[in-house]
Amino acid sequence: MKQYEYLAKGTLKAYGIPIPPGQLVRTPEDGAEAVATIGPAALKAQVLVGGRGKAGGIRFAQTPEEGRRVAQDMLGMDLKGYTVELLYAESKLAIERELYISVTTDRNAKKPLVMASLAGGMEIEDVADDQIVKAYVDPAVGVLPYFGREVAAALGLEGTIFKEFADLVVKLYQIYREKDAELVEINPLAVVDGHLVAADARLNLDDSALYRHKDVTVVDEGSALERKVHEIGLAYVELDGDIAVMANGAGMAMATLDAIQHFGGRPANFLDAGGGASVGPTAEALGVLVSMHPKAILVNIFGGITRCDDVASAILQVKQTTGIPVPLVVRLVGTNEKEGVALLKAAGIEAYSEMAEAAEQAVRLAKEAM
Amino acid sequence: MSILLTQDTRIIVQGITGNQGRFHTRQMLAFGSRVVGGISPTKSGQMVEGVPVFDTVRQAVDATKADASIVFVPAPYAKDAAFEALENGIRLLVMIPEHIPVQDSIDIVARAKALGATVIGPNTFGIISPGEHTKMGIMPNHIYQPGPIGVVARSGTLSYEIAFSLTNAQLGQSTVVGMGGDPVVGQTFITVLEHFRQDPDTKAVVMVGEIGGSAEEEAAEYLETLGKPVVAYLAGRAAPAGKRMGHAGAIIERGRGTLESKEQALRAHGAEVVTMPWQVAEAVRSVMS
Repeated sequence: MKQYEYLAKGTLKAYGIPIPPGQLVRTPEDGAEAVATIGPAALKAQVLVGGRGKAGGIRFAQTPEEGRRVAQDMLGMDLKGYTVELLYAESKLAIERELYISVTTDRNAKKPLVMASLAGGMEIEDVADDQIVKAYVDPAVGVLPYFGREVAAALGLEGTIFKEFADLVVKLYQIYREKDAELVEINPLAVVDGHLVAADARLNLDDSALYRHKDVTVVDEGSALERKVHEIGLAYVELDGDIAVMANGAGMAMATLDAIQHFGGRPANFLDAGGGASVGPTAEALGVLVSMHPKAILVNIFGGITRCDDVASAILQVKQTTGIPVPLVVRLVGTNEKEGVALLKAAGIEAYSEMAEAAEQAVRLAKEAM
Repeated sequence: MSILLTQDTRIIVQGITGNQGRFHTRQMLAFGSRVVGGISPTKSGQMVEGVPVFDTVRQAVDATKADASIVFVPAPYAKDAAFEALENGIRLLVMIPEHIPVQDSIDIVARAKALGATVIGPNTFGIISPGEHTKMGIMPNHIYQPGPIGVVARSGTLSYEIAFSLTNAQLGQSTVVGMGGDPVVGQTFITVLEHFRQDPDTKAVVMVGEIGGSAEEEAAEYLETLGKPVVAYLAGRAAPAGKRMGHAGAIIERGRGTLESKEQALRAHGAEVVTMPWQVAEAVRSVMS
């Protein structure tokens, strides 16, 4: 889960990392007040989309009056599909140079990875490999002060900046561990008046660890529909096609989307109904798909732990309540297949046994519905 | 023959008195697994499906000589359970739970490495060796049959789909390993392929991958060392960037983890890459002839 910039900055501050003076702006008056307090400022839209600056999500104000006007313009604006409801005004910095520092999890090494560079201010993916210092952390040891000094030395830093940078590495790792972060990144890490300041920050937290961080503000970046399905506890991603999909298991759900595309169709969503879902949640999930008014619905179940008769019961339940007014294609194999197929047949629904045939049929029906 | 798991493997079940633990203990016993004990603190003395329950792993290992454990406890308690197993001599650890914090998985995997133990998962369906009549996992029993094909997968149901299609094509399996759908898991494709390389009865390998990370790219170079034919199928062609597709690990981040780069790398090193799951069995038949 990504955190808004102002929340990420708040976390850095709590760990003693210097951040520029800043305050939240919810109204045009706040905008004027912010500039009056902190002086010339950058007003930044608090949205979780990349390329915020280029899309017009960062603007500057020299005077309180300008602060009011800019806030007025920005609040309520649409930024890549997200409505801007909150701004963060931050003191404009006289930056001497820009560095980069992050701590993240390296999936292949299965270890925390510290990355640092003198080439800050651009995406780290665009920085040449030989300009990045990479240092893996032994999780059983953690990051001691010497580790920070080694990274600072590898960058060729000296004097005050050397000391501040080494200290920053230790603190950043503390945040990564203690807050269960997937990524904590300061970019650019600015040098202002000869000292380090976190000019921009990213903090992505591990969804699976939220249970032990009651103080964290939960931000669901999903669309309204995505948020609704997430609330029933299922993995759901909205896509731009017209064939709604339900499958059991993440891999199967992905493969089902691929199959629809393979036959020339366009999937409307990713929905993993779970590896062993029972009647209730399955019916609820299917209900959501029906409410999307797709051109067709494809249900693809390989019953392992999931029982085919449970899935069939869920389908019949939804058929009873909504009538399922769009073409429905069901592929049902595995545990209790005979019972499930018989239940559907009695209600006039023919189940497929082959995934390929079912996907092809769903695409055909969706095209006919146009 | 098989890799990692044989009929001699003596298995305990951590969390045996829960719904999942109980149900899958029955399924494992039905398949032939040697489940010798279960753990559930304060429930010692009980029996589950004829298997004795202990309060601690230490008691269970002392009484049963167990060397492997399958963990069913809820995610917040999984790190504790894993360390209890590792510190008491368990050397094959199967972690079923989903939603274990990544920091916990990092610690588990690091400790296992230091002790020379093998971790399968987390967020895995487990491991099954049909010819040895044993499994540690939650996969359905009836879809497998003994044979020469090794299967290594990131995803559960998708691997069932593929294993069943192999079985229907009379292509039995030596061992099927689920690496798990989380960003940090105990195995890589390379570590599992290395086991398959050493198993003389595994004649070909099927890799079932997906978007996210670079496990497939890393594995590609190893295929020449493997020296056995490989068929790969990867899911997620239709997945948009930046969205988590169910598995915590299945996400294209900052341009990394795309299907194209994975398939290209595997093809370049000799794997037969198919684009749909129902093409796997036919491809296996052709690479084996």
